[in-house]
Amino acid sequence: MKNIIIKLWVFALLMLPLLATAAKDETQWNKVLKKQYFSGKTIKESNDIIEIDAPYRAEDPALVPIKIISKIKQTKDLYIKKIIVLVDKNPFPFVGEFGFTPETGKADLAMRVRVNTYSYIRAIAEMNNGQLYMTKKFVKASGGCSAPIGADLDAAMKRLGKVKFKLNKNSKLGEPLQTQLLISHPNITGMQMDQVTRFVKKSHFIDQLKVTFDDKLVLTAKIDIAISADPNFRFYFVPNKKGVLKAEFSDVSCESPTSRSMCSKGKEYSSTYQVNP
Amino acid sequence: MKIVFILLLSLITQLAYALSIKEVASGVYVHFGKHELPNKTNHGAIANFGFIIGESCVAVIDTGGNPKQGYALKKAIERTTDKPVCYVINTHVHPDHIYGNIAFKQPGVKFIGHNKLARAMATRAAYYIDKADEQLNVKLTANNFIAPDTEVTKPLTIDLGGRKLTLTAHPTAHTDNDLTVFDLNTNTLWMSDLLFIEHIPVIDGSLKGWLSELKRLEKLDYQFVIPGHGPVVTDWPKSMQPEKQYLQLLLTDIRKMIAQGLFIEQAIKQVGYSERKKWKLFDQFHKRNVTTAFAELEWED
Repeated sequence: MKNIIIKLWVFALLMLPLLATAAKDETQWNKVLKKQYFSGKTIKESNDIIEIDAPYRAEDPALVPIKIISKIKQTKDLYIKKIIVLVDKNPFPFVGEFGFTPETGKADLAMRVRVNTYSYIRAIAEMNNGQLYMTKKFVKASGGCSAPIGADLDAAMKRLGKVKFKLNKNSKLGEPLQTQLLISHPNITGMQMDQVTRFVKKSHFIDQLKVTFDDKLVLTAKIDIAISADPNFRFYFVPNKKGVLKAEFSDVSCESPTSRSMCSKGKEYSSTYQVNP
Repeated sequence: MKIVFILLLSLITQLAYALSIKEVASGVYVHFGKHELPNKTNHGAIANFGFIIGESCVAVIDTGGNPKQGYALKKAIERTTDKPVCYVINTHVHPDHIYGNIAFKQPGVKFIGHNKLARAMATRAAYYIDKADEQLNVKLTANNFIAPDTEVTKPLTIDLGGRKLTLTAHPTAHTDNDLTVFDLNTNTLWMSDLLFIEHIPVIDGSLKGWLSELKRLEKLDYQFVIPGHGPVVTDWPKSMQPEKQYLQLLLTDIRKMIAQGLFIEQAIKQVGYSERKKWKLFDQFHKRNVTTAFAELEWED
């Protein structure tokens, strides 16, 4: 009898890692996404260049705050050129591709994303020398992409296109300055489909974003439906003089939430902010 | 044969399990839900709902958290009165209040809701059907989402025979489709989820909108107020104060953080924890409330 119990325990212990891998599954990345985005390239898994921070359990799957922290300074010689963010198990895993320059100062980036089910969120940094580094974090969330359109759709539609910049007030000339960019846009995924009153919504989201400081590129972003309603980004730039921070973005509407072959261009938006460091 | 009969009988009794109801004011009946997270054990049956009986017919106010509860409510009404149901009033789109609707779908029954209820049902149905299967073990189809026949924009008075109910569509508060029912005969306000007692308030609309509705309603006199979760209130507006204080605290503290240039992650970690001991299900809903409120308030001018 005792023997059987011990055997059961051993069996249970052996099963544990199996269970864990079943939950923390990386098949999508290994079989599909890696080939799709980094075909033939070598990616080093490491937290030495960038590290991702996200809540283990997401309280609101349609608004999961995530943060990518860079571990190196952006210099002319060596800098993070690009960060690609993916949510493995989202119906459309691509969250965004973010471009940085030495003028960014520090390639930190925070945003709010939709997470549809228990999944890894991963960020892959591409250096100016071509090297690739990946960081990942497992998040327990459920239903972020199909979740209802924001709590108050009418209020959101009324302020569509509105922009806010928030800059850290203790800025120092020539040092990376943290900046928040808030864009009001419902970023409709197109997955909140109706079967009741035929209220079908096409996806309608911001697809391109460019931030410049005195016409010098600070941040570029190609983004998609996994960005939460009212896109919100935090990033850095180096104000080395008085100047104008400018955000330009555009939206798009697509027939299917998971295909980008049938889309029609929407509007172009632009907003500026005077920086006096 | 006998076994089949017993099985059938048990099936019938199961389908129509006796729903506990209480007459809180003359002709006003409420089923009181338990403060639990909707799950596979309670199948989403957690909210308050009930009915009001007039001289000619009955108005149902919300229908329960799953179809079975809706059928049980129907049985409870039949046990209480021989008058027919003429109206089903949905107080808002949340599953624990509307999933029994299907039990009342028949000729002669009119469904009434806020003018934004149909849209809310439409945008949420696909998501809700998935969640019902995954989290409640309840199988639903689009047919379970019954859009209102009559949409309320301005206050609407319906007559149950010697009994007038006034239905008010509220600006965005708990959700963007909150409807309350006022029974003139007993001076009862059926507030549904605009009022949470014991159970932490859940924000799925607008924190500011909700507070302003509470501040308006607290000036009015009611004999009885029926919350969506928690016991009936007979000391209006006293029992509502904890809800107001909780929402006010979120408003004040989140505004402060936004003014300081702080972020949503920090607000989720810091705001409102002094309220933790005062509420049931605080850990399940509070962080989400802060998230929703922060996303609303950061757009204030």
